[in-house]
Amino acid sequence: MDLHTITTVLRPSGADEVQTWADGHAWLAGGTWLFSEPQVHTDTLIDLEGFGWEPLKVSDAGLEIAATCRIVQLDNFKAPPDWVAAGLIPRCCRSFLASYKIWNEATVGGNLVMSLPAGPMISLTSALEGVCTLWSRDGTERRLPVAEFVTGDNRNALRPGELVRSIHLPLAALRKPFAFRRFTLTNLGRSEALLIGTRDPDDAAILLTVTAATLRPYQFRFPAGVSNAEVRNALDGAIADDRYLDDTHGSPRHRKHLTYLFAEQIRAELGV
Amino acid sequence: MKLQVNGQSFDREPQPGQCLRTYLRDLGWLAVRKGCDAGDCGACTVWVDGRPVHSCLMPAFRAQSREVTTLEGLGADGQLHPMQASFQKAQAFQCGFCTSGMIMTCASLNEEEKKDLPFRLKGNLCRCTGYRAIEDAVRGHVVVDDDVAGRTCGANIGTSFAEGLVQGRERYTMDCVIDDLLHVKVVRSPHAHARVLAIRQDAANALPGVRLILTWEDVPRKAYTTAAHDDYHCDPDDTFLLDNVVRFKGQRVVAVYADTEAIAEEACRLIEIDYEVLPAVFDPVEAMKPGAPRLFPEGSEARIDDPERNIFKQIESEVGDVAQGFAEADEIYEGDYSTDRIQHVHLETHGSVAWRSDDGRLHVRTDTQTPHLIQEKLAYVFSVDPRSLHVFSERVGGGFGAKQEMLTEDLCVLGVLKTGRPTKWEWTRSEEFIAGPGRHPYQMRVKLGARKDGTLTAVELRAVSNTGAYRNHAGEVLSAALVSPILSYWCPNKKGTGFAVHTNAIPAGAFRGFGRTQTAFAIECAIDELAEKLGLDPFTMRRINMIREDSAVRGIFPGGDEFDIGSYGLDQCVDFVEQALQSGRGEPKPQGDEWLEGKGVAIHVQEGAPPKEHRSQANLSLAADGTFHLSNGVAEFGNGTMNTLRQIAAQILGVRAARVETVVGDTDRTPFDDGTFASAGSSVCSKSVELAANGLKGRLLTAAAKLLDRPVEEGKLFDGNAVFADQSISLSELYRRTPQADLKFDVKRRAYSTPTTLGFVVQGFRIAINKETCAIRMLQSVQAVDAGTILNPMQLSGQIEGGIAQGVGSTLFERVVIDDEGDVQNATLRNYRIPAFADVPRTEIFYANTYDKVGPLGAKPMGESSIVPVSAAIGNAIKDAIGIRLTSLPFSADRVYEALYGDDAEGAESTS
Ligand SMILES: Cc1cc2nc3c(=O)[nH]c(=O)nc-3n(C[C@H](O)[C@H](O)[C@H](O)COP(=O)(O)OP(=O)(O)OC[C@H]3O[C@@H](n4cnc5c(N)ncnc54)[C@H](O)[C@@H]3O)c2cc1C
Ligand code: FES
Ligand code: FES
Repeated sequence: MDLHTITTVLRPSGADEVQTWADGHAWLAGGTWLFSEPQVHTDTLIDLEGFGWEPLKVSDAGLEIAATCRIVQLDNFKAPPDWVAAGLIPRCCRSFLASYKIWNEATVGGNLVMSLPAGPMISLTSALEGVCTLWSRDGTERRLPVAEFVTGDNRNALRPGELVRSIHLPLAALRKPFAFRRFTLTNLGRSEALLIGTRDPDDAAILLTVTAATLRPYQFRFPAGVSNAEVRNALDGAIADDRYLDDTHGSPRHRKHLTYLFAEQIRAELGV
Repeated sequence: MKLQVNGQSFDREPQPGQCLRTYLRDLGWLAVRKGCDAGDCGACTVWVDGRPVHSCLMPAFRAQSREVTTLEGLGADGQLHPMQASFQKAQAFQCGFCTSGMIMTCASLNEEEKKDLPFRLKGNLCRCTGYRAIEDAVRGHVVVDDDVAGRTCGANIGTSFAEGLVQGRERYTMDCVIDDLLHVKVVRSPHAHARVLAIRQDAANALPGVRLILTWEDVPRKAYTTAAHDDYHCDPDDTFLLDNVVRFKGQRVVAVYADTEAIAEEACRLIEIDYEVLPAVFDPVEAMKPGAPRLFPEGSEARIDDPERNIFKQIESEVGDVAQGFAEADEIYEGDYSTDRIQHVHLETHGSVAWRSDDGRLHVRTDTQTPHLIQEKLAYVFSVDPRSLHVFSERVGGGFGAKQEMLTEDLCVLGVLKTGRPTKWEWTRSEEFIAGPGRHPYQMRVKLGARKDGTLTAVELRAVSNTGAYRNHAGEVLSAALVSPILSYWCPNKKGTGFAVHTNAIPAGAFRGFGRTQTAFAIECAIDELAEKLGLDPFTMRRINMIREDSAVRGIFPGGDEFDIGSYGLDQCVDFVEQALQSGRGEPKPQGDEWLEGKGVAIHVQEGAPPKEHRSQANLSLAADGTFHLSNGVAEFGNGTMNTLRQIAAQILGVRAARVETVVGDTDRTPFDDGTFASAGSSVCSKSVELAANGLKGRLLTAAAKLLDRPVEEGKLFDGNAVFADQSISLSELYRRTPQADLKFDVKRRAYSTPTTLGFVVQGFRIAINKETCAIRMLQSVQAVDAGTILNPMQLSGQIEGGIAQGVGSTLFERVVIDDEGDVQNATLRNYRIPAFADVPRTEIFYANTYDKVGPLGAKPMGESSIVPVSAAIGNAIKDAIGIRLTSLPFSADRVYEALYGDDAEGAESTS
C-alpha cells in the first residue's frame, strides 16, 4: 500500500554513508512487510538495495547469507551434496504464508528483523546454529546467535539504527541430518508450530528448535538416546504456558500440544 | 523516473512512499487491482522484468528502468495471450475482480509449476469461484459453449464482459479517471460506546489541501437505515450520517475531505475528540439482561421492539402444538449451537465516486447490489429529487450481501453538495473488517422430539442474534433464520423464538444465506443427534421427515407463508448424495491409525424469492438493425444474473445471446428494481424478462403475420427472423417495413416475488480427521441441487462451488476475532484467512431432473443456498469420525483439539 507518511527515501551505496539515525527512520529491504501495513511512525526509508551485498557465499566455514538475500535466491541455492541439512532450505521457504511471488522481493534479513514467531528464516537459521552479524551506526560490529537475536513476538536484540549484515551458518550444522515438522490451521497457511531437529553425526546428540508455536525460538540439546520423558521435561521446564503464542493462527493450548507431539516425533525419527 | 510499461515508455516521479500498484494506476493501467493492498490476495500481480510480483508491496521507485507488464499488455499484437483465452473459455471468474492477478500469475507458470497449483496459487485469492474454474483455465479446458440461436438456455453461454475482462478493459468502481477529486477519510471511534463531547479540528483545518471537515453538527439530522430493502420498515431508521453518540468501535465520527488520501489521513490523525465513555456490552444474552447498557434509550421512536432489553426484533410463533408434540415423543434431543461473526470479503472493497455534471445532476458511481434503492435512500437523506440522482455501477467486484447497504455513497454525495468537487471514498481492506457488515453471530437452542419410528413430533428453535450496534437487516435475517431451515421437515408442530439484539459490536448485515446458514447448522446437526438416539441412520431419518411433493409447506407462522412447491427434487438429491458418498470416489483416507474417517449429510430447502416484497421490471425492445436491447435494474456482481437475463430473452426471441444487448445496474438506463439479493436475480428479475420477452415475441409475430399475411399461430422467431411455414422475414426488415404507427416493438413487464417456489440442496462430505494434530482433511464433497431447469450449467456450478467454498471457510477457520474491548484482532487478510486454492475440495455436483412451474422457463434460483448445508454436513462428518459433536463454528484444528481433549488436554500431552 502507499505509505503516505514517508517523505524521504535514501538510497545509499554503503552502510557507512548512513551516519545519523532518527526516530522515524527504517531500513528498507524487500519492503514486503513495510508496504503491507500503514507505517505512520516512519517518515524515512533507507534502502539497502544499493549496498550490493553478495547474497550467498559458500566457504570452508559454511554459508554466509547476506541480510539482503532474497528468499527466492536462497530457495534456488544449490548446496554441496554433503550439506544434508540444506534440505531444510526449501522446506523453510515453503513455510511462509507469503506466496512465492513475495519471495521475489522479501529478504532473509527482513524476516529475521520482523522476529515474528512464524518467521521461517528464523526457524531455518536458528536450527542451523546461525550467527548473525550486526552493524551499528558507529561502525561497531557484534555477533549473536539467531536463537538469541529474537527475544519475543516482534522483538529482537537490534538497537536503534543497527543493521543485520548477514547470517552465518556453520559447516558442521549444514552437514547434520534433520527432521522437520510443521502445522498450519489453513492449508499452506501460516505456521502454527514449526519444529526442527538436527542430529550430530559424531555423537548423535539432537538439537531441537521450537519455533512458530512459541513467542521466540527455544532450543534444546539432547544427548544420544534421550527419552520421551526427558524431552517432555525439558519442554516443561523451559517453556511456560504463557510463552505459547495466542493469535488467530492457533490457540496456545493447541500450539503446546503440537510442540510436544512434534518433539516426540522428531526424537523418534532422529534417535538411532 | 523512467520505466517501460507494456512496451511503452513513461517518465514520472513516484511519491516517496508510493507502491507500484497505485503508481501504475496513476499511469492509467487500471487493471492493476486492489483486493487487500497488503500482499495477501494477489489481485495486484504484475510482472517486473518478467517475474510476477505483488505490486502493492513493491516500492514504486524500484521499478526504475525496469519493464513492467500488466494484464493490459499481456497479449501481443491484438492477440490474446493463451492464458487470457483460457480464462475466457473456461469462464474462470464470476465478479472478475481477482482475474487480473490470476491471469498474470497463471501466465507466468511453466508446465512444471502448473502441476502444483495449490502452492503456486496460494497468493491469489478468489472469493467467488471456489477455484475449480480457475484450475480448468490453467489446464486449458474449454467450458464455454458456442452461442447458437434457439439454444441459449441450457448452454454454457459465456458472459458478455468476458473478453474485455481478460484483457483488462472492464472497469470496476475505482477504475475511472476524474480530475480535481476530493478524497474522503474518516476518523473512527476508539470507543465501543461513547458520547462525543468536543471535536477539535483546528490543526487539521490548517493542513494545506484539507477542504472540508464534517462532524455531526454539520450534517442533516435525519435518521435512516443503511440497509437496502424495498420496504424501508424492515429496518428502522437508527443511523445518522454522523452522530454524537457512537455505539461501536470503528463507527465513523468525523469526515475529512482533502486533495489527496495522504492529506486526508494526516488530517484525521490531527483531529482531537473528547468522549464521555459509556458502558458497553458485546454479548447479546448479556445485553438482554436488566441493567445492561442500553444502546437506544430513545428506542421507541426508532421502532425497537424492546429498548429496555436492547431487543430490536422479537419473534415468537408456533404452528400446531409443540408441547403436545414433545409429549408424544419417544425421544427428545436438545442442544446448543453457536456461530461467530464472519466477513464477506468481496474482493473489491466498498467505495464510491460522486460528481455533478454540467446539467446539475449528481452522478454516483458505486459498487452496489441495489442501485435503485441507493438512489432512493440518497434522495431521502439529502432531501433531493431522486431524478436528480444517477446511481450506477459498471463492474462490481463481489458482494455476497455486503453491498446491499449504503456505506460510502452518502459521504461522497455530501462532499459534492458541500464543495461542488467530485468526491471519492475507497475503503481499505481493514475498514471492511472494523466497520463493514459481517454475518450475524447466532446462539441457538434446538429441541426435537420424535417417535420410535423416527417421525418428528415437534421442532423448536430458539435463536439469539447479535446484530451489533445498528440493526441492519437483523429482523429479516432473523425471520429467514427461524423459518427457512425447518421448512425441510413436514412435522406439524413447530415453534420458533428469536431475538435480534443490539450490542456494541460492529453491525452485522446481509450475508449469503441470510441467517439460514446459522440455523441450518444447528438444526441439521440436531437431526443427526436425534437419529443417533433413535438408532436411525442420517439418510433414513431425513427421508422419513423431509417434505414431500404434496406436503403442506409450513414455517412457524400460522397460515402466513406463501410457498408453492413448483417442482420437487429433494428425494433425488438425497439419493444422489447417499450414492456418491458410498461410491468410494474422492480421496482415500490418509494412511495411519491416527486418521479417522467420517461421512456427513445435511439438507436444505430454500424459498426461491425474497420474503418481503420485491419488484423488478424488464424493458425489452427491438432495434432497427434487428438486435434487441434489454434493460433491468438488477445488479451484476459475479452472481451471473446479467447473463441469465440475456439468455432467457434470447431463448424466447430465438436469437443468439449476443444479439441481446443487456444493461443492468444503472438508475438512468434501467427501470426500477429492488436489486440483487435473496436470490431475486434468478427469480423475480428473470420472471420480468420472461414476461417481457414473451410479450415482445407476440408483438413481433403479430406484426410479421400481418405483413406477410400469414396466420400468427404458424409463426416462430428464429435466428433474427420471423419464420412461417413457407416464408420468413428478417427482424430488421420487419422493423423497416412496419408502419411507424404500428411500431410498438418495445415491451415493459413487471414481476413480483409471489408466488414463491422452493429449491432444494443436499450436501455430503467425507472427511478425515487426524486425532493427533487435529487436522481435518476433505476427502470428498458432493452437492445435489434441485434448481429446476438449468439455464446455464457452467454458471450454476460456479455459484454452487463458490458457495461451498465460502461454506468451507466459515466452517473450518473463518472468524472475526473481537476481544473484550471490542477490537478486531484480525482485520487483515493475513490474519483473517479465506479459503485459498489449497483449502477448497472439488465438489461432485448433481442436478435433480425437474421443471419448476413457477420459475422462469422452469428454473429456480440457487446462487445463495449452496452455502447453507455445508457447516452441518461437515459437523456431522466430524461427529461420525470422532464421536464428538462440535457445536460452535468454526471447527479449526485448535478447536477440534479442545473438543477432543478439552479439560483433559494436559492428559493428552502425557499420552501422546
Ligand atoms: C502476504 C504476506 C505473508 C507473510 N507471511 C509471513 C510469514 O509466514 N512469516 C513471517 O515471518 N513473515 C511473513 N510476512 C512478513 C514479511 O513479509 C516477511 O517477514 C519478510 O521476510 C520481510 O522481509 P522484507 O525484506 O520484505 O522486509 P521489509 O519489509 O523490507 O522490512 C521488514 C522490517 O525489517 C527491517 N529490516 C529489514 N532488513 C533489515 C536489516 N538488514 N537490518 C535491520 N533491519 C532490517 C525493516 O526496517 C522493517 O522494520 C508476510 C508478509 C506478507 C506480505
Ligand atoms: S492488493 Fe496486492 S496482494 Fe492484495
Ligand atoms: S471472481 Fe474471483 S474474486 Fe470474484
